Amino acid sequence: MSPKTLYDKIWDAHVAHETDDGTCLLYIDRHLVHEVTSPQAFEGLRMAGRPVRAPEKTIAVPDHNVPTTPDRVNGIDNEESRIQVEALDKNARDFGINYYPVNDVRQGIVHIVGPEQGWTLPGMTVVCGDSHTATHGAFGSLAHGIGTSEVEHVLATQTLIQKKSKNMKVEITGKLNPGVTAKDITLAVIGETGTAGGTGYVIEYCGEAIRDLSMEGRMTVCNMAIEGGARAGLIAPDETTFDYVKGRPHAPKGAQWEAALTWWKTLYSDDDAHWDKVVTLRGEDIAPVVTWGTSPEDVLPITATVPSPEDFEGGKVEAAKRSLDYMGLEPGTPLNEIEIDTVFIGSCTNGRIEDLRAAAEILKGKKIKDGMRAMVVPGSGLVRAQAEEEGVAQVFRDAGFEWRLAGCSMCLAMNPDQLQPGERCAATSNRNFEGRQGRGGRTHLLSPAMAAAAAITGRLTDVRELM
Amino acid sequence: MPKIVHGLAAALPLANVDTDVIMPKRFLITITCEGLAEGTFADLRFHDDDTPRTDFVLNTRPWHGARILVVGDNFGCGSSREHAVWGLVQLGIQGIIGTSFAGIFYDNARKNGLALPIVSPEVRDQLMQAASHEDGVSYTIDIENRIIRTGETELPFDMDDATQTAHLEGREDTLNSLEFADANRNYERGLDDQQRVRVIQ
Repeated sequence: MSPKTLYDKIWDAHVAHETDDGTCLLYIDRHLVHEVTSPQAFEGLRMAGRPVRAPEKTIAVPDHNVPTTPDRVNGIDNEESRIQVEALDKNARDFGINYYPVNDVRQGIVHIVGPEQGWTLPGMTVVCGDSHTATHGAFGSLAHGIGTSEVEHVLATQTLIQKKSKNMKVEITGKLNPGVTAKDITLAVIGETGTAGGTGYVIEYCGEAIRDLSMEGRMTVCNMAIEGGARAGLIAPDETTFDYVKGRPHAPKGAQWEAALTWWKTLYSDDDAHWDKVVTLRGEDIAPVVTWGTSPEDVLPITATVPSPEDFEGGKVEAAKRSLDYMGLEPGTPLNEIEIDTVFIGSCTNGRIEDLRAAAEILKGKKIKDGMRAMVVPGSGLVRAQAEEEGVAQVFRDAGFEWRLAGCSMCLAMNPDQLQPGERCAATSNRNFEGRQGRGGRTHLLSPAMAAAAAITGRLTDVRELM
Repeated sequence: MPKIVHGLAAALPLANVDTDVIMPKRFLITITCEGLAEGTFADLRFHDDDTPRTDFVLNTRPWHGARILVVGDNFGCGSSREHAVWGLVQLGIQGIIGTSFAGIFYDNARKNGLALPIVSPEVRDQLMQAASHEDGVSYTIDIENRIIRTGETELPFDMDDATQTAHLEGREDTLNSLEFADANRNYERGLDDQQRVRVIQ
């Protein structure tokens, strides 16, 4: 047998049919659904009189536009959002799929709920009408975002028509320095490859620095594979993975667990597997980073200065000019002198317990800067409960943070949590696009610890100064 | 789906135009696919008070009736929202010529008959320059022959076989897969012998 990558192995195990032009019908093990990209798909099923083919493998949760303030238990004020969430309620009921409604303690961001409940397991194919589905690749599953037509297709057939991507290896060797996190790894990789560097590829992240990460950290890394243009990002499962999965509500148990484990242990890239592209970074070389522009590839170490458009070439010169104008930044300004007025900690990138702990570690015994609007939005109701129990929530409250309910919140600002024009936010989320956090809002992406440091000082800050 | 796309081309030279720019999220809070033309490029097309921005190409003559866009690298990156493609199509855009498109955007376009010919940076620059001329220029995207025609010039483009077939045959993917229901059933039967994707309720 010819040597295979992890992606090759998962792909081969899921091909239900292959056509002459190389297009495959790929079987889907888990389909995650949220309120924004699914209503038209369910409507399509109704029009055609089709059922959901595998309701037991379909999991829905409202997350994108739900308010995160405590008064949401009384209902959603915004009429259009309420209609969308009610449509999901109805669709889940009518089609008999697994559902975590907005006031269920297990509700949260779909990419946090899936792993938390044990729906996401190694070796699976996982899709969702959301580009950050790549998150689930942290378990050694093939997970990626799809459009609404494809959501309907998966609902109807439990398959997806796909063409195989190429294999790309991203290796992070050695150890990370103190203050450097999974978020810095994933941003540094995008800074290296660019936002189109992964187009046409599935990335496997490997190397000592990746092995050393917790599952939370691995999810952060894979989450942003899409920001590098990749179809998916994944990491081979190991003991860290198995320990995380074991005992979760929908994880296999007993003899089934043993059988599953036997298969999961075969899920790694063979030594002499073929890679179409290889990128290697030294863990030691990665610094705490921030973004300065309006593309996730606009990444620099916090110790650097705002670049000038002349530093770039091609179409990027114009893009950099526009970015700097939008961001209101002057070339040559030290990044750690950029003043901010808002801090957002949360999202499917950094809304897990470990992220909240890392921020709280920096915030302990300190206060956020006067006038700062700081908000922490746990990724799920269960993350929130755990943070309450561990005292992490109290650290945030004492420091002056708003302590919210679970949802996507200000990562994409579809709910009431938005930036005003010109406001500048240090955000643990994944996109710094123009208008992403509110029309005219300016976003700097960074790690939870860096976000906490910025909340204290009121400017982008090297977290190592506060450690 | 059209096999040939012909029409006025407009240049949109920005790199990394993301789906938040193509369709701002405030237009996503809907349960239908309709009425999205007004949301397409909304923040580039309109000021805060909804008056048109005269610095945006599709608001200027002759390009307000453009059917084809010539775009910067990595067009359609970001979120998976198919609303971006629905909106472009509803605005009358039938083809987008670029050097690279984000994967999910590319797949969404295929499902909606929006042609995305891929050309080299040199060809793109040439087409973009010509499209910027104040008189306007029309291009013909011939999907069957994978050629862009303008005047006497013929320029080849890339489009994978499956996407080309989808455009030419206008096939409906869901139905197509239901034809493979047997393969699917066999696959699912095979799963029963393995533990790997069993559902634990």
